[in-house]
Amino acid sequence: MNPFTYKRATDEADAVREVANGKNAKFLGGGTNLVDLMKMGVETPDELVDINRLALKRIEQTPQGLRIGALASNSEVANHRLVREQFPVLSEAILAGASPQLRNMATVGGNLLQRTRCYYFMDTSFPCNKRVPGSGCSAIPGFNRIHAILGASDKCIAVHPSDMCVALAALDAIVRVAGPAGARQIPLVDFHRLPGDTPQIETNLRPDELIVAVDLPNSPFARRSRYLKIRDRAQYAFALVSVAAALDVQQGRINAARLALGGVAHKPWRALDAEKVLTGARADAQTFRAAAEAALKGAQPQQHNAFKVELARRAIVRLLTEVAHETKGGAA
Amino acid sequence: MSAKQNQRPASKQGSGVVGQPLNRVDGRLKVTGGARFAAEFPHDQMAYAVLIGSTIANGRIKGFDTSAAKRVPGVLAIITHENAPKLRPVATNPAEGDAAGRRVPLQSPVIYYHGQYIAVVVAETLEQTQQAAALVRVSYDEQPPAADMERERGKAYPPKGKVAGKPADTMRGNTDTGLAAANVRVDEIYRTPTEHHNPMEPHATIAVWDGDKLTIYDATQYTYGVRHAMATTFGVPEENVRCICKFTGGAFGCKGTVWSHVSLAAAAARVARRPVKLVTTRQQMFSNMGHRAETEQHVVLGATRAGKLTAIVHEGLSHTSTFDEYVEPFSKATHMLYACDNFKASQRLVALNVGTPTYMRAPGETSGMFALESALDELAYKLNLDPIQLRLVNYADTDPDTKLPWSTKLLKECYRTGAEHFGWARRKPAPRSMRDGRYLLGLGMATAVYPVNHFPSSARVRIQSDGSAIVESSTHDLGTGTYTVLTQIACETLGLPPERVEVIIGDTNLPKAMVSGGSSTVMSVGSSVQGAARAALAKLVETARADTRSPLYGASADQIVASDGRLALKSNDARGETYRDTLARAGMKEVEGSYDTEFNDKEKKFSSHAFGAQFAEVRVDPDFGEVRVTRFTGVFDIGRVMNMKTGQSQMKGGIIMGIGMALMEETVLDTNSGRLVNRDLAEYHVPVHADVPQLDVVLLENFDEHASPIGAKGAGEIGIVGAAAAVANAVYHATGVRVRELPITLDKLLGKGALA
Repeated sequence: MNPFTYKRATDEADAVREVANGKNAKFLGGGTNLVDLMKMGVETPDELVDINRLALKRIEQTPQGLRIGALASNSEVANHRLVREQFPVLSEAILAGASPQLRNMATVGGNLLQRTRCYYFMDTSFPCNKRVPGSGCSAIPGFNRIHAILGASDKCIAVHPSDMCVALAALDAIVRVAGPAGARQIPLVDFHRLPGDTPQIETNLRPDELIVAVDLPNSPFARRSRYLKIRDRAQYAFALVSVAAALDVQQGRINAARLALGGVAHKPWRALDAEKVLTGARADAQTFRAAAEAALKGAQPQQHNAFKVELARRAIVRLLTEVAHETKGGAA
Repeated sequence: MSAKQNQRPASKQGSGVVGQPLNRVDGRLKVTGGARFAAEFPHDQMAYAVLIGSTIANGRIKGFDTSAAKRVPGVLAIITHENAPKLRPVATNPAEGDAAGRRVPLQSPVIYYHGQYIAVVVAETLEQTQQAAALVRVSYDEQPPAADMERERGKAYPPKGKVAGKPADTMRGNTDTGLAAANVRVDEIYRTPTEHHNPMEPHATIAVWDGDKLTIYDATQYTYGVRHAMATTFGVPEENVRCICKFTGGAFGCKGTVWSHVSLAAAAARVARRPVKLVTTRQQMFSNMGHRAETEQHVVLGATRAGKLTAIVHEGLSHTSTFDEYVEPFSKATHMLYACDNFKASQRLVALNVGTPTYMRAPGETSGMFALESALDELAYKLNLDPIQLRLVNYADTDPDTKLPWSTKLLKECYRTGAEHFGWARRKPAPRSMRDGRYLLGLGMATAVYPVNHFPSSARVRIQSDGSAIVESSTHDLGTGTYTVLTQIACETLGLPPERVEVIIGDTNLPKAMVSGGSSTVMSVGSSVQGAARAALAKLVETARADTRSPLYGASADQIVASDGRLALKSNDARGETYRDTLARAGMKEVEGSYDTEFNDKEKKFSSHAFGAQFAEVRVDPDFGEVRVTRFTGVFDIGRVMNMKTGQSQMKGGIIMGIGMALMEETVLDTNSGRLVNRDLAEYHVPVHADVPQLDVVLLENFDEHASPIGAKGAGEIGIVGAAAAVANAVYHATGVRVRELPITLDKLLGKGALA
C-alpha cells in the first residue's frame, strides 16, 4: 500500500473543496471496496477524505418519493420500513449482496461506485485497459466466465458487480451530487457508462463531485417489485445473472413495466427494449418469453460465459411470472 | 462381524469420560482471544518480513531495482537471490519431517511458477515493510508457461516414485479377461479441479535467533518436522532449534510439510539480526503452500447382470510442478474397496508451471472416490440395481489387495444405519422422478473409506503433589480437539476429572510426536498418553504399596484401582488414600511416566481402515440448474470415538468440505500467463452457512484394538471421502444429467441442455 494522507471532512463543501484541491484524492465512505483495492495496489490515492461525519445518512419521505442519504448503510436501507414497503426490490437486491458485516459498513454512495470484480482488473500484474488504458484486455483471451454479454467492447468486458444498482436502475432512481460548480442530478441509468474505448471512465460523475443522495420517485407498482439473483453459492457470491422487475398489471394487461439486469454488462442494464414488448401486452408466458428475447437481443458471449444468455432469459421469465402472479389484477 | 461383537465398555477403568461429548477444554481461550497462535507471540525488537512473489510463471529474473524501496524509512534488509544467505536443501520425505519441495528459495533467478518468492523485505513496522515491498521493481525474461494439463497431456510421464506405496502401474488378475466376461460396462472420464486448503489461519512464522540457536513459532502440523528442516537448512544441530506451535488455525494438509517461507523468515531474522515476524497473505497461500492437484480419471467397470464386478480399471493423469514430483494418488482406495479379482491401476503425471501440489484432506481418496463412486452409481442405473445393493453385492469380506482380514469393518452397518436415518427407502429409483414443488429432488449415496495411519510417538504424564496431572507431547491441535481428547484419555486412566488434567503440546522441548496428518494423531499420541498415564499411575501405586504408613501398604498392585483422584482397594474402597496424600507423605513433588508407542507395520496381520456411508439430498432448480444440498447423512465406523462432539464436528467439517468440492471449489489458472485468477476467498468459493443443511452424523460404536491400543481408527479425513460423489449422484438422480467434471456449477447442467 502506498502512503496517503487522511482528512476528515466537516461538511459537504469542505469535502468537495478537499478533493477538488487534492491532486489524487478519494472520498472514503465504508471503505469496503476502496481499502481492499488500495491493499492490492489497484487504487493508489494520495489522500483519503473521510466523509463519514457528514449529515448524509437520512432516509426520508418526500412528496416525490424517498430520499436516501449517500451515507446510509446498505443494512439501514435494506431494513428500512419505507424501503421495504414502497420499493421491496431495493431491499431484496441489497440483502442478496455481500454479507451482513459488509452491508453494515458499505454505503449507498460507495455501492454506486463499486468497482468490477474482474480478476484481471484486481491483479496489477495483468494488462488491463481499465487500470492502465491502452495496456490491453486480459479477460477477452482469458477466463471470462463471469464477464459481460451485453454492451461490452473490444477494450473491456468487465461487469458492474452491484446488486443495489440493478434495483435502482429499474426504479428510475436519481443520483443527487454536489460539486464545485454546484448541485446536479443524474438519472441512475445515465450514471454508469459502457466501456467503449474508455473503460477507465466508469461513471459520469466528475472526479470532484460528491454523491449526496439517491431519490426514488413514487411508483405505486414498485410496491410489488422483486429481485432475483442467480449465483454459484447460496450467499456471498456475485451475481452470474440477476433481474430486477416491477409490473403494473390491470385486468391481465401490462400498463407499465420496469426491468433491469445485473451481471451482464459494464453497468446495471436497464432492458428498455424488453419493457417496450411488455407494455400494453397480456401478462402471460408468451409475452414474458418475448420480453426475454428482446432483452438479450444482441448479446455477445465470450468463450466461457455463453450460458449467461440463456440463464438471463430464463431468469427474466421466472421473475416476470412471479411478479405478475403477485400483482393485483393477476396474470391472464 | 457385528457392531455388538466389537463393542467395548466406554471405559475400562476410571471415570468413563472417554467418548463423552466434553466441550473443548481450550474453548474459553479460543473465544476470548487467549489462545495464542503462531504470529501472536510478542518479542522485543520485533521486525517484520514481507515476501514478494513473482508476477510471471516461467522464466528468469533479469534484475531488481530496489532503490526506491531502500529509501522507505525503517527498511532493514531486502533479500533476493543476489544477496541471500546460502540455504541447504532439505529432503522431501514427509515421514522425516520435511520440506514440501526440493527447491530452495532465493538461490537462483529461475522462475517456475506464479507467486514464487523472489525477495524478502524486512523493516521496523509492517506498514513500512509493505510499502517497501510494493516499491521493489523486478524485470523478467518471461517464457510461455505450461499452464494447462489438457494442452500438456502429450508430455505425460510415469511417476518415478511410488503412488501411495505402490508402483504407478499395478495389475491384479487380468482386467482384459474380466471385461470380456462382463455383461455390462461403464467406461467414463471424471475430472476434479485444482483445490486449495484455505485454513482460516494463514501460514505464519516468528523466527528468533540467539547466536546459533533458533526459536521458531510456526503455524504447523509438525513441530519436530520444522525443527529438522531448519537444522538442515541452516546447518545447526537439531537441539539448537526449538519449534513452538500451541494452536493451529486449520491446516487440512497444507501445514504438514515445511514450505519455504519458514526458512525465509529464519534467514531474514539472521540477516536483520532481529526477531522477525512473517505472516503470509491469502494470495500467497494459493501459490506457495501446495494444493490438491487436478485429476483426469478414466474408470472402467465390468459387471455381470447380477452386479458382480468382473473388472475395475482406474487410470489417469494428475499434475505436478516442473521441479518436484507429487502424485495425487487417486487410485489408492480402489485397490481395496470392492471385491474384484481383476483390477488395474495406472497413474501418469503432467508437469506444469505451478507450485508443487501436496496432501489435502484425504489425498487420493477424495478425488479418487469421486470417480469410483460416480462410476458405481452409473453402473447401478445400467443394472437397474439399488446403489446400496450393488455395493453389498461387491462387499469385500477381506482386503482384496493384501488378502488380510480386516481389523474391524462395520461398513454394512454404515449402509444400513445411513439408509434408515436418511430415509433411503423413499427414493424412487428413476432419475428425475422426484420433485419438491418447482424443484427437482435427488437422492444419492457413496461409500467412504480411509486407511489407518499411525506413527511412533511419545508422551509424558506427571501426577502432581496437588493431585492434578500434566500431560505432555509435542503434538498439535489443528482445531480438531487434540487438547480435549488427550485430556479425556488421560482422565480415563488416571481417574481424574478433566479440570484436574492439563495438556501441554506443540513444543519440541516436549516428547516427540510425528506429523498431525493422515488422521493419525489420536491413535498415535492418544495411545502414548494412555501408556504414559499407566506408567505414572504404576509408580504412584508402587509408592503407596511401599510406604508402611499408607493404608495400601503391602497390597498387591492388581488389587488397587484409581478413581476420583484416589487409590483404593478394589475390594474395599474405604481402604485407600488420595494421590496428594501418597505423594505428600513420600515428600515427592510428582511421579512421572513416559511411553513410546511403536506400531509394527512391517508384519501386519490385519488390514485397518475407517469406513463410512454418505447420503445426500439435493434440490435443483430446473430452469437455472442451481443445486443446493438440502439434507445430508453420514454414518462412520472410525473405531472407538474419543469425544462424541469433536468427533462429529470432524465428520461435519469433512462433509461441508465435500459439499464445497462437489458444487463450487475450483482454483483457476489463466492458461495464457500461468497466473492464478481467483486467489482470494471472495472469488474462490467455499460453502457458506446458507449452503450447508442440517448435517446428520452417526458414529458407530466400535473398538479396533489392532488399529491402535486405544481402539481408535482415525477421524480427521474420512468425513470428506465420498461426500462429493454422494452429491453428484444425487444431482444425477434429480436431473438425469451426469456431470463428471467437478465442481457441478449451473453452467454444466444448463450446457447439457437436459434441463427444462
